Amino acid sequence: MVTESHLPILQIIVPLVAAPLCVFLRQKTIVWAFALIVSWITLAIAIINLRCVLDQGVLSYALGSWVAPWGIEIRIDVVNAYILLLIAIIGAVILLYAPSSIYNEIPSDSHNLFYSAYLLCLTGLLGITATGDAFNLFVFLEISSLASYALISMGKDRCALMAAYQYLVLGTIGATFILIGIGFMYMMTGTLNMADLATQLESVKNTLTIITAFAFLSVGISLKLALFPLHMWLPNAYVYAPSVVTAFLAATATKVSIYVLLRFIFTLFGTDFSFETLRLDAIILPLALIGIFVGSIIAVFQNNIKRMLAYSSVAQIGYMILGISFVSLNGLTGGIVHLFNHALMKGALFLIMGGIAMRIGSVNLNDMRGLGKRMPVTMAGFILGGLSLIGVPLTVGFISKWYLVLAAIEKGMWLVAILILLGSLIAVIYIWRVIEVAYFQENELGEEREIKELPLTMQIAIWLLIVSTIIFGIFTPLTLGIANKAASLLLGVSL
Amino acid sequence: MNPSYITLVAVLIPLIGTPFIVLLNKRPNYREAVTLLAGVILFLVVLSLVPIILDGDRPEIVLIKIMPGLSLAFKVEPLGLLFALIASGLWTITSVYAIGYMRGHQEENQTRFYFFFAVAISVTIGVAFSANLLTLFIFYELLTLSTFPLVTHHGSKKAIRGGLVYLGILMGTSIVFLLLAIVWTWHLTGTLDFIPGGILTGKASKGVIFVLFMLYVFGTGKAALMPFHRWLPAAMVAPTPVSALLHAVAVVKAGVFTVMKVVVYIFGLDLLAITDISTWLIYVAAATILIASLVALTKDNLKARLAYSTISQLSYIILGAALANSWGVIGGSMHIVTHAFGKITLFFCAGAILVASHKTEISDMKGIGLKMPFTMGAFLIGSLSIIGLPPFGGAWSKWYLVLGSLEGGHYLAVMVIILSSLLNIAYLLPVVVNAFFIPEENIKSSIEFKEAPLNCLIPLLLTALGCIILFIYSDPILELTLKIGGH
Repeated sequence: MVTESHLPILQIIVPLVAAPLCVFLRQKTIVWAFALIVSWITLAIAIINLRCVLDQGVLSYALGSWVAPWGIEIRIDVVNAYILLLIAIIGAVILLYAPSSIYNEIPSDSHNLFYSAYLLCLTGLLGITATGDAFNLFVFLEISSLASYALISMGKDRCALMAAYQYLVLGTIGATFILIGIGFMYMMTGTLNMADLATQLESVKNTLTIITAFAFLSVGISLKLALFPLHMWLPNAYVYAPSVVTAFLAATATKVSIYVLLRFIFTLFGTDFSFETLRLDAIILPLALIGIFVGSIIAVFQNNIKRMLAYSSVAQIGYMILGISFVSLNGLTGGIVHLFNHALMKGALFLIMGGIAMRIGSVNLNDMRGLGKRMPVTMAGFILGGLSLIGVPLTVGFISKWYLVLAAIEKGMWLVAILILLGSLIAVIYIWRVIEVAYFQENELGEEREIKELPLTMQIAIWLLIVSTIIFGIFTPLTLGIANKAASLLLGVSL
Repeated sequence: MNPSYITLVAVLIPLIGTPFIVLLNKRPNYREAVTLLAGVILFLVVLSLVPIILDGDRPEIVLIKIMPGLSLAFKVEPLGLLFALIASGLWTITSVYAIGYMRGHQEENQTRFYFFFAVAISVTIGVAFSANLLTLFIFYELLTLSTFPLVTHHGSKKAIRGGLVYLGILMGTSIVFLLLAIVWTWHLTGTLDFIPGGILTGKASKGVIFVLFMLYVFGTGKAALMPFHRWLPAAMVAPTPVSALLHAVAVVKAGVFTVMKVVVYIFGLDLLAITDISTWLIYVAAATILIASLVALTKDNLKARLAYSTISQLSYIILGAALANSWGVIGGSMHIVTHAFGKITLFFCAGAILVASHKTEISDMKGIGLKMPFTMGAFLIGSLSIIGLPPFGGAWSKWYLVLGSLEGGHYLAVMVIILSSLLNIAYLLPVVVNAFFIPEENIKSSIEFKEAPLNCLIPLLLTALGCIILFIYSDPILELTLKIGGH
């Protein structure tokens, strides 16, 4: 079928074409409905693509019929099909939640611009993930970054502008580093196609230029994925952005950057070069561990719960990078599955915070007294999401933690295994703080203002994610199974 | 019905009751009827498994493969069945008691109370029937979480602090030690199934097995082995039915049950006996027994005294496991049963005293026996059973524990058991003596009160009776314990 063979490109084209159209739809319900439909179509495409990849192996699409390595190739294997699915799920679910939430946060005459930027950001993230061309990847990176700066700056607080600016500066440095890295590689090999680069790099790997390229790329990507200590942009961006944007970026943007890291160090440079010649693991393993502890401990002391969750993200990114740094099948599986799992739980938790902000006008801990009684359904969601973050069995967090601990034990890294587990105890503390205030402290102001539960669309979005953190904690073939396949593909081992 | 499904049904029965409990929020009589009905059905269902197990059948069911090679599965074996019998049988009795207590004491949020109580029982049955360490761990953690709202039921500052200690120690030890041990075992053996004779033999060096053993024992915080016992007294802020069933039976027994299971089905008695790696545990358990008994002596609050007594008694079971011989296992397993009946009686009495007279301190209970003769009579029976005197159930378990200690040549353990029985007398009997023989002071200021409501009284008389029956008809239990470990 014709459309089926074009599906890889449709993944990107559909939201890309829809984004500018949003600008013309002035009526805010219509523009929302339009964006929603587009996002769900994107999700459907992602699902079909994943099924095709699982059946047939790699999908390759030559853009404009210019065959790779000369033309731009869209190349979807099990690794990026998995990430595409994640982005599409989050993108679709969050749009369901968006209208009620941005009603309070964004002036109604710029809703069309919001949806346009949102779809552009979605396009960029999908593009980065789907493309098989290194320069094209940079282009999509810029599309998604620029769109996300715009989205963050739409926050109600004036600090949002500053946060967006800070992110813009650091994000641009990161992107520039990535571009320099790609440039160096192009210089040495004369190709930009990633599959081609992987073979061409083989002969020039030990040159200083390629080592420099590797350095630029890994630092640049680490900045984008907020690896400690390059996470400085993240807390402010998450705190001041509109709630919808926070949830969307927290669940997707850093995850896509981790995908880029995986693609470059495993597929392009290869395991031997990255981890044996250059010993990348010796750098990222300690950084990941420090990130886990510093992020978690800072999170414990936050009064603003959005900021608390942001620092928790820094810690959770540490877990993903830790999984990668083991360079083993179980470790990489743990890192990749945690990438997926964390997106679900953190997306849900940020959506819940958005709902709370909408109802009580604050996300400060002190204002959440007695919230357990006043918004019981929403807070129940918070508890479940929090349990997942801790890694309690039957939630997705447990699956990730199991694989990470197993990988550490396999390597004989006892201390690391214990540190992983201690890290989850700190999560117990910061989740507990919220629960204590919400359930065990009375609201002093009394019931002056009736607090209603969230509207149905928001609840549906929140609970879709919360329920999936439990379902995927019990039925794991989809998340864990594919993560395992992806890990074995990246490591070049057969299952 | 296929026996495999019975195991699943047993776990589900209390859960099926929960939505009805919530829906009948406004009609307390019907709500409590649901709890009672679920309790009776559950007990009968578990009971129906007894002949199957005695025949040597081990019904099992695999529910879901959570991770490759790791599944959520149930399998009934004698030790688990014994635990499930105790938990389900005493749940029914405790429910009757809870109705009297919660209403008599005018507690708030009763629906929430019954809801989480039912969940906790369901999860306890899950622990009892788990077929592998992963399933056990899942239900172990769920038990902590589902009992947490019960511990913090009053919502006071003290309750929150108690809840925090509870959550902190139980989750802390289980995540850092127990989970590590389980993942490590999985790495070494490639299986987590409970298999008679153990799975670790020949899989690791003696040093590794020693460390693993320590991780398991201390990781099971619910067994309240010192120094991880603090959560148990802290949990006493909960309403008395919770202390009685959960913190004298379900939760703590889930802890010692886990230790017993790991000893018998993961390490295997032979491995422990040959490598001699469990001897240190005899000393730690002995120390816990003595120290906790001594602390109990100093407590004037009755529930606190009973809590420390529980810590001490749990270590008898740990001791039985650490002996690593079949008498030890039999004694320890029987102690799970006999201590359950004895201690729940004592807690029921403490709650009845609270409901009737609002007294919590032992020094205030002078002369109380004359006003509440049945309650204090039951207290005496429970005490004597805990002390281990015939004709009460506790005598048997101590008998077998002494036999096991002698067989292993651990004379120190024998001494500790004897010494600790004396200490039991010293901290339990004064309560009774106080109540019956010392006249009440300040007769003027005293408030008139009589026995607690029948709902409270009947259960505690039943469990006291149970202590006696356990002595006379101990054969069925002995028969079950003899089959532990596939013998």
